[in-house]
Amino acid sequence: MSLESILIVAAALFTIGLYGSLARRNVLVVLMSIELMFNAVNLTLVGLGRYVAPAGMQDDISSLLTGQIFAVFIITVAAAEIALGLGIVFAMYRSSETVDLADAIELRN
Amino acid sequence: MLFQDMAFWLLAVIAIGSALGVVLVRDLFRAALLLVLVFVTIAGFYVLLSAEFLAVVQVLIYAGAISILLIFAIMLTRNVPQGNLPNRLQLPAVVLAVMLFAVMITVALQTDWSTFSAGQQEVANVVQTSAVKTLSAEQDAPTLALPDITAAQHDSLKSAGLADLLVSDFVLPFEAVSLLLLAAVIGSLVLVRPR
Repeated sequence: MSLESILIVAAALFTIGLYGSLARRNVLVVLMSIELMFNAVNLTLVGLGRYVAPAGMQDDISSLLTGQIFAVFIITVAAAEIALGLGIVFAMYRSSETVDLADAIELRN
Repeated sequence: MLFQDMAFWLLAVIAIGSALGVVLVRDLFRAALLLVLVFVTIAGFYVLLSAEFLAVVQVLIYAGAISILLIFAIMLTRNVPQGNLPNRLQLPAVVLAVMLFAVMITVALQTDWSTFSAGQQEVANVVQTSAVKTLSAEQDAPTLALPDITAAQHDSLKSAGLADLLVSDFVLPFEAVSLLLLAAVIGSLVLVRPR
């Protein structure tokens, strides 16, 4: 378990999420893929915080926790994002009876 | 060390396999359940990386709250067993994802990361696993017998701890995030309000 292997696993999760958010029609799958990407970024941050100290902050022992702090903030923002995203999905489903992104044309023109 | 490596690679295989399942499986409900599996394996990675607090938060928020919300939303829509269809951007998306993956692997392998020495690793382990609790430099540090710790680092041991940092160094982002959560809650209430 080295830093490189963690980064590679996180990169794999991120690219799978990227593919899912670009190439799928269902808006719920797109939301799930975005969650995958959030998790990959969190894994990267925690892994880096475990093995590397930020440059210029080596004398401050609390810099060892920087990665975890960032991950906490990202988890909070992800929770807000999923609540708002599902709200938008509900509104869209109620107005046009679909969760297909190809049919989401209300704002066109 | 061997056990940690085995656990890491097992978790990696499960995580990547079920992440592929999330985007490729036709059945939306199964995709959501596979997503829960990804969240749980990520929590396992956090335990391996000595971030226990984050592992608990991950299980509570992602595997608990977010996945329940997603499954609720999935059950409210129609055509769940055949819901996960591809669109026309299939080929460009695959090409883009593979290229990005290649770039990230190259960066990860070619960069000189200058990782911690074994002694610093031990310090990091102690500080990160005690993330919720404040380490008192007077009481805990001598008994911990930390190697490779400088005088300046010893002084800053007092205020090391996730909870302490959140309300001292990172108090501005903390408040900004709480404002964001409030705005998100009000926004989603407005969006789903019956007219």
